[in-house]
Amino acid sequence: MRTIYILWLRQIKRYLRSKSRVFGSLAQPLLFLVALGYGLGPVFQKAGEGNYVQFLVPGVIGMAIIFSSVFSGIEIIWDKQFGFLKETLVAPVSRVEIMLGRTAGGATTSTMQGIIVFLIATLIGFRAPSALSVGLAVILMFLIALLFTALGTIIASQLDDMQGFQFVVNFLVMPLFFLSGALFPLSGLPSALAALTRIDPLSYGIDAFRTALGGAPVFGLGLDLSVLIVLTAALVAIGSWLFSKIQI
Amino acid sequence: MTDIIEVKNLVKKFGDITAVNDITFSVARGEIFAFLGPNGAGKSTTIKMLTTLLDPTAGSIALAGFDPKHDPHAVRKSFGIVFQDPSLDDELTAWENMEFHGVLYGIEKKVRRERIEKLMTFVELWDRKDSLVKSFSGGMKRRLEIARGLLHHPKVIFLDEPTIGLDPQTRNHLWNYLKDLNATEGTTVFFTTHYMEEAEKVAERIAVIDYGKIVAIGTADELKKKTDTSSLEDAFLALTGRKIRDEEAGAADAMRQRRQVWSGGNRR
Ligand SMILES: Nc1ncnc2c1ncn2[C@@H]1O[C@H](COP(=O)(O)OP(=O)(O)OP(=O)(O)O)[C@@H](O)[C@H]1O
Ligand SMILES: [Mg+2]
Repeated sequence: MRTIYILWLRQIKRYLRSKSRVFGSLAQPLLFLVALGYGLGPVFQKAGEGNYVQFLVPGVIGMAIIFSSVFSGIEIIWDKQFGFLKETLVAPVSRVEIMLGRTAGGATTSTMQGIIVFLIATLIGFRAPSALSVGLAVILMFLIALLFTALGTIIASQLDDMQGFQFVVNFLVMPLFFLSGALFPLSGLPSALAALTRIDPLSYGIDAFRTALGGAPVFGLGLDLSVLIVLTAALVAIGSWLFSKIQI
Repeated sequence: MTDIIEVKNLVKKFGDITAVNDITFSVARGEIFAFLGPNGAGKSTTIKMLTTLLDPTAGSIALAGFDPKHDPHAVRKSFGIVFQDPSLDDELTAWENMEFHGVLYGIEKKVRRERIEKLMTFVELWDRKDSLVKSFSGGMKRRLEIARGLLHHPKVIFLDEPTIGLDPQTRNHLWNYLKDLNATEGTTVFFTTHYMEEAEKVAERIAVIDYGKIVAIGTADELKKKTDTSSLEDAFLALTGRKIRDEEAGAADAMRQRRQVWSGGNRR
């Protein structure tokens, strides 16, 4: 437990000290919120889908979370390059604890990012149905963040430098984001696209999120939570195993 | 009692390169043991295999009776290490780096806090404890690495070129501390160095390693006798035909040194 805590604390400290990261990673979701929210709002309304900002906000929070979680997972590459990873690897602690500590740390900072986006969205007119739904949304943010931090960590454990990073963003994070229903409703899609959205774990995260924040469910909260929890557990297990295989 | 480190026919290959080529040696409990060899000889690679960071290609290792490959956790509980390359978190303060280490090694809070203060005072960094490590000079970082490596009082401590970048005063200081630890707690000390006088003065036994092979092993006197020379430097030359000099650094080492320069490191 103490191992997990100290690893978690380290991530939080690094996050709070790096203002550029806190603010830099807010730019993208805010741009989406404003440009798409206001730009596509009228079209969305005309198509009879209701208020687009209200629809979009959960998606954009999801975006902030997936980007910052995968990125904090990827931070391991820095640890490899700056040598700090060795210090963690030779320590007499189980690899599961290392994986859990790192993942929890990255997920916490990503959740903070999500909360900031949520607050800003509230400023520009987003309304959550109740305080309870906000609480549920924060829990879901953390769960989604755990999943994608674990995923980022797994990928990073297999990379040696940041050169692979752009590849990961273009071929993994972007597709996961665009196919997740963050930007458009998942109902009435062509069947091939619908199938893709169903194998995208983020779809379930966004759906759970939107349901919590007063939107209409697509899969239902039960399925959403099951998918998220099972997948996160599997990724943490895989990550721990990969950690035990790292050679430096 | 069995030896604390037992290595038999150890081999490590990286593709075509054989970094460690069939070495066999052992280190007794409580011994101070040195690896002496030119750049690229395979010293760090051997240490990495002993400390669970690399899997051997062939051969066997027992550290405190455990095999790093099959029982890494038990091995990790037995040793401490000061790496040759940097391994601090630059974004944390000096004190936080120490605290992180202490918690990972399960040192009880009171003892931990006391030791941290003692060791940081010892390496003259206590007054800088709340500075971020990235603001430190190369020598200060090195001193912090050493203080951290000593924090948890392991059975065996590995020091991979610990004194590189340290001024002579600190170097002396460090060896006195280690000898004291060795005498009072029976800590086994395993170190690598490029400094002949250091190996001769500190180590009870020295293994000379070159091209991944141990070419001679014994006390400094034994090595001199064996090669019929009067100084360890000459013995070393006779054994390897090469001078140990930082200027002769291989490509990997040259790169490492450049990196140290970039990150503000000062080599001596
Ligand atoms: N990860 C790696 N991949 C490929 N080759 C490697 C790797 N690590 C080490 N080597 C090679 O193995 C050989 C031994 O390297 P090692 O770092 O063990 O030398 P060393 O004795 O510690 O030298 P130095 O005094 O420069 O620290 C070198 O030829 C080096 O290039
Ligand atoms: Mg070396």
